[in-house]
Amino acid sequence: MTDIRRTIDAVWRIESAKLIAVLTRMVRDVGLAEEFAQDALVAALEHWPQTGLPDEPAAWLMTVGKRRALDHLRRQKLIDRKHEELGRELEYEQQSMIDHDFDTALEQEIDERQTANIDDDLLRLVFIACHPVLTSEAQVALTLKLLGGLSTDEISRAFLVSEPTIAQRIVRAKRILKEAQAPFELPHKEELRARLASVLAVLYLIFNEGYAATKGEDWMRPALCDEALRLGRILAELMPQEPEVHGLVALMEIQASRFHARTNAAGVPILLMDQDRSRWDKLLIQRGLAALKRVDTLGQGYGPYALQAAIASCHARAYRAELTDWTRISVLYDALAALSPSPIVELNRAVAVSMAFGPAQGLALVDELLHEPTLAKYHLLPSVRGDFLFKLGRFSEAQREFERAATLTQNTRERDLLLTRAHSCMDQHPVTLYS
Amino acid sequence: MRFMLIMIPKGYESATPDTLPDADAIATMMKYNEDLQKAGILLALEGLHPPAAGTRVSFGNGKPVVTDGPFAEAKESVGGYWIIQVKSKEEAIEWVKRCPAGANDTIEIRQIFEPADFSEDVQQAVEEFTERFEKSTETTPS
Repeated sequence: MTDIRRTIDAVWRIESAKLIAVLTRMVRDVGLAEEFAQDALVAALEHWPQTGLPDEPAAWLMTVGKRRALDHLRRQKLIDRKHEELGRELEYEQQSMIDHDFDTALEQEIDERQTANIDDDLLRLVFIACHPVLTSEAQVALTLKLLGGLSTDEISRAFLVSEPTIAQRIVRAKRILKEAQAPFELPHKEELRARLASVLAVLYLIFNEGYAATKGEDWMRPALCDEALRLGRILAELMPQEPEVHGLVALMEIQASRFHARTNAAGVPILLMDQDRSRWDKLLIQRGLAALKRVDTLGQGYGPYALQAAIASCHARAYRAELTDWTRISVLYDALAALSPSPIVELNRAVAVSMAFGPAQGLALVDELLHEPTLAKYHLLPSVRGDFLFKLGRFSEAQREFERAATLTQNTRERDLLLTRAHSCMDQHPVTLYS
Repeated sequence: MRFMLIMIPKGYESATPDTLPDADAIATMMKYNEDLQKAGILLALEGLHPPAAGTRVSFGNGKPVVTDGPFAEAKESVGGYWIIQVKSKEEAIEWVKRCPAGANDTIEIRQIFEPADFSEDVQQAVEEFTERFEKSTETTPS
């Protein structure tokens, strides 16, 4: 026997986004729509434990939600008779819903679900939750609440902030959307790509928050990876023609495939090249490669996410670290550096180039970053540079770089490792002097 | 959580080797598969040839004995499976209830083991084994 409460939770998880999306189209206010959807949930929590689960729980919830929405529209009409258009729409809907009893309305709802295109409403909801008038924190919270069906408690546990803070953030976001009169529609062609970029950024932010979770933390944190992936896969079906959506999905699938290999049993992080590749999740790798293939099929080239996914796929394809195709990775980094240049991308490119063509070429690239202000306090710059110098036999310079990196890192384990490397440079000294 | 949903179609244990589901059944099932895909939870799915075209290797006395299908003693047989990623067993059940299965078909829901399901001791043991294994392969000339 399963608990009816847990069953209702499950139905809510499956249906809530669609419910909110359809209701938003009716009342044109995402905050109100969510309220009516919540009313439907409360009604279910009251009725279902007594009556048992209805045959069509989705249609049942939608019928209750729509009734609440229609009640609201009717009140609105009484308050403001100038809303002529709304009134006409209402009369039609009243005919179909309010005058009939619940069972008829339910039957009608079941029929409607066969033909209604809920996907469009769902996609509009994605874009409104990630609307540019909102801060990225608000976009994240709203996306998880409206599209993920997560409770404020779950979101607050996942982001290590108090529940009232999250609740307030969501209330505020909904108010801002209302004040900005953000339309419930798909962005126009010219702004679609830009708006889509911010949707993808929100999903990737959620994913990374989950990926950064460490052992022993609340399970809701790593669960964010699953949630971001699920939303990404949903978006990939809603916008199958957008290469970057598949690119992001591919990137997340491949990164998630390493989830269990990236730390040891004690929770200590293991670097990519040192991971036990037999522990990578082959099913997710396969899915990642398939998503990347969808990008190829669209034939529009790679955007930044697809490029990162392609880089990740080079690692995923190498079942032993030494089989990694570094030449291809460095070519992909060249493309990424050209498309979305950043000092971090340059640093990664330098590593790939050194692996493909030797440490001297890598060093040349890293030296160009020495005066980059954003990397001035970044420990990986001297750490990478030290590694190149070490490989080139320039041990005293390498030692200075490792020591400098050790003073910059916040992580004690990493500091120990860097100091060990610095120390090993001293041992190498005599060799260079006499050779 | 990952679940394998195992489809056990009525009478599949005695189906002839070349049995294929009819076109209508395939079409409705594809619509269902599409729903799973659109919900972002479907990881994989496959259909299996009838057991009449299969082979069993049984280890009665610890020694392998090979028998070709059909298997007279079988009361039911697997026809295919889905692998889904959901938040709870209840969610898996809700999805399975929506499957357009035929009368007397059965779908068994089984959770898939994940690394986190094992105790830390077991995880540690696996790690140590892999380390030893890797050391032993490192010394082997390639």
